[in-house]
Amino acid sequence: MASICFYFQVHQPLRLRHYTVFDKNTHYFDDYKNSSICRKVANKCYLPSNRLLLDIIRRFEGRFRIAYSITGVLLEQLHSFSPEVMSTFDALAETGCVEFLAETYYHSLSFLYSRDEFIEQVNKHSETIEYLFGQKPRVFRNTELIYNNDLAALVESMGKFEAIISEGANHILGTRSPNFVYRPKYCEKLKLLLKNYSLSDDIAFRFSNRNWPEWPLTSEKFARWISDVNGNGNVVNLFMDYETFGEHQWEDTGIFDFMRHLPEQILRHPDNDFKTPSEIVQTYEPVDTVDVPHLISWADTERDLSAWLGNAMQSNAIHELYRLEKKIKKTSDEKIISDWRKLQVSDHFYYMCTKYFADGDVHKYFNPYDSPYDSYINFMNVLNNLQSRCAKPALLNTKSLTKNALTGENYLTEQATESICQP
Amino acid sequence: MDRIKVFMLGWEFPPFISGGLGTACYGLTKAMDRLGIQVTFVLPKMVDSKYSTHVNLLTPDSRTPTSTVKFREFKNVVFHTINSPLQPYSTAEVYQRRIEENLRQKYTSHTGTTSEYSGSLDYNSDMYTEVHRYAEVAVELAEHEHYDLVHAHDWMTYPAGIAVSAIKDRPLIVHVHSTEFDRSGEHVNQMIYDIEREGMERADKVIAVSHYTRNIIISRYGISGEKVEVVYNGVERNGNDNWILAETGIEKDEKIVLFLGRITMQKGPEYFLHAAKKVLDVVDNVKFVMAGSGDLIHRAIEMAAELGIGQKVLFTGFLRGEDVRKIYKMADIYVMPSVSEPFGIAPLEALDNDVPVIISKQSGVSEVLMHALKVDFWDVNEIANKIVAVLKYPPLGMTLRNHGNFEVRKLRWKDSAQRCAQIYGETLMQLEKCIS
Repeated sequence: MASICFYFQVHQPLRLRHYTVFDKNTHYFDDYKNSSICRKVANKCYLPSNRLLLDIIRRFEGRFRIAYSITGVLLEQLHSFSPEVMSTFDALAETGCVEFLAETYYHSLSFLYSRDEFIEQVNKHSETIEYLFGQKPRVFRNTELIYNNDLAALVESMGKFEAIISEGANHILGTRSPNFVYRPKYCEKLKLLLKNYSLSDDIAFRFSNRNWPEWPLTSEKFARWISDVNGNGNVVNLFMDYETFGEHQWEDTGIFDFMRHLPEQILRHPDNDFKTPSEIVQTYEPVDTVDVPHLISWADTERDLSAWLGNAMQSNAIHELYRLEKKIKKTSDEKIISDWRKLQVSDHFYYMCTKYFADGDVHKYFNPYDSPYDSYINFMNVLNNLQSRCAKPALLNTKSLTKNALTGENYLTEQATESICQP
Repeated sequence: MDRIKVFMLGWEFPPFISGGLGTACYGLTKAMDRLGIQVTFVLPKMVDSKYSTHVNLLTPDSRTPTSTVKFREFKNVVFHTINSPLQPYSTAEVYQRRIEENLRQKYTSHTGTTSEYSGSLDYNSDMYTEVHRYAEVAVELAEHEHYDLVHAHDWMTYPAGIAVSAIKDRPLIVHVHSTEFDRSGEHVNQMIYDIEREGMERADKVIAVSHYTRNIIISRYGISGEKVEVVYNGVERNGNDNWILAETGIEKDEKIVLFLGRITMQKGPEYFLHAAKKVLDVVDNVKFVMAGSGDLIHRAIEMAAELGIGQKVLFTGFLRGEDVRKIYKMADIYVMPSVSEPFGIAPLEALDNDVPVIISKQSGVSEVLMHALKVDFWDVNEIANKIVAVLKYPPLGMTLRNHGNFEVRKLRWKDSAQRCAQIYGETLMQLEKCIS
């Protein structure tokens, strides 16, 4: 039996506007750029992909099942700039064949710097997903699949998740296969789903690479590789950025046709099926425990955190940001707290990465700045302004109630959520 | 093929000359020497006590217009100097002043023996005439030389290059270190432009120091892109880097922002000062050092005063040798706001001395440096923003220094010389094809 588990990461960063040390304006984000990119990606990827998958789901009457993890910062942007995407996600949710995963609302690295903030963001995200799509997320994925034993333990202690997702990196699995369910070390109930990076990357990265010996990748061929797992695995976790469809791999590469035909090819083999992460963990028991003392991620060949925290600028920027946490929260100023959280989006630190810079690598494509230095300067200037705002008393005290931009509901920050942390 | 013999029309080496041209001639020739390329290096040299540099060079009252010198560090290069007051980056007016001053000096120091210098008096004190006279002397020199091709550096040597290549029918390569548009903006001197253009047109190959310059050569001089090659400059590593600040004898409680270069329109001194003004609005413990001389120095001093930042801007005059290294050791950031910079070796030297740099995007060096902060020269707000950032956020300077210092090591004169040798080979091969 081989169950295919698709999970798509859906995220767009919030790009900052050019902000010099002389700026005083407290509006930090480049609305024009963010809205135009959001609309562009919506047209190239989100809308056609959502329609295609919706179509497949209806065609296979429940046998094709998928999962999404959509960040809060993207949901807010879609809400403002591309509401039609929201309605297609809603239609997908209605089918009952789509699961929505939990993550940090701000696609942040908060787990590494503030457990309180991390928990608040996860809760905020879960509430938003429940409000929008009518389901409580039961599987957690951390930003960029960053993971270690401590994270698993923390997520288990939150008491509302059945599983956690991470990268099936060679150095944590050794000779073991990612095609089974595992248990994180020090956890009793939580299960661990690991990405089959080889098969995932065949679609996400290699699909259109003409130098790849397997090019062109057809759905028949891919289904054959999946069927090969039968007998030495239960599950094939295909985790990838949703932007793979139409944005990273353009439509003319044939990526949509590939997806259109993949389900029938896979289901042609009677032992295969599609399952969502929750269904996987309900069906399969862990075969072993996996010990991950050091942090891993799904990024680059290193599978580490060096893309976000690899140089002095990155580490300085993020430390300065989280150093402000108490000050920020003390203001109880909704706008200040929200701005601070939007600065936590991990992409801000990714732009400061110098390790690919010289090679003019693909990473440039995703970078709105000419250089990592420009991005650091911009970020620090914004942070500086934000810090100066903390000194002034807030004009309107919102009594530590913060409005959720999407649900329109007030939710509790700081004091209230702290009590949630204590079981 | 036998070893290539090059007749090179170049310029005097630093520290006796300011600016990148002498530095480039030195770095390139030295690297060619190491590669075993045989070079006859011809350069103009002013004959007077004030400007004479190499003691063994000439007797001041020598009547011969040329002289041969040998430097110990060069094995394959023979140097010939031609008595001439030509200096790179001169304008006709500066040239005129220099000639007059020089003549005055000679009269005073040789009272009664002026007859010996009657030759000097016959000089038409006009730079263009001198450029052509220089060409004539170069031709005389070349008649006794054997060479495969001619390589001329910047416009003053182009007429000589054309003539020397013509007498033996050898190919000509002109090396463009700067153009009249870089030096004068839109107010080009037509005579200089014509000489530059003729040199480029007559040349078999044009070497540009950057793509930035290559574009100017193609768009402003109408030269076909096929014959314009880019060879980037390198940087001399200074080797022993055991300096510590204490040795400079300067207590450093203030940050230092450095401008180092000729204070001329091309280098954008006014943008530096306007940015300084903006920086001082938000940062206090900082001083701005302008190291260099040039025709805008008085204007720059006035401007600093007008902006009300006179007490924060220091003018050091022209620095050389150890003083340059000292000032680099003191600097926290180097700024090159050039209006139009064909290459720009100075930022590489700054990085080599562990000083992070802000460079204008209107420069050749911005094509080769990734680990530098880049600005449009006119955007003083952004220049100031970046200066403040370096002063205010230490990890920025740290990262720029670490990566930048590593990056400059990859820019070696050896590679530039090799690239030139390759171009020589291609040019000679083309020539042979044409003949056969």
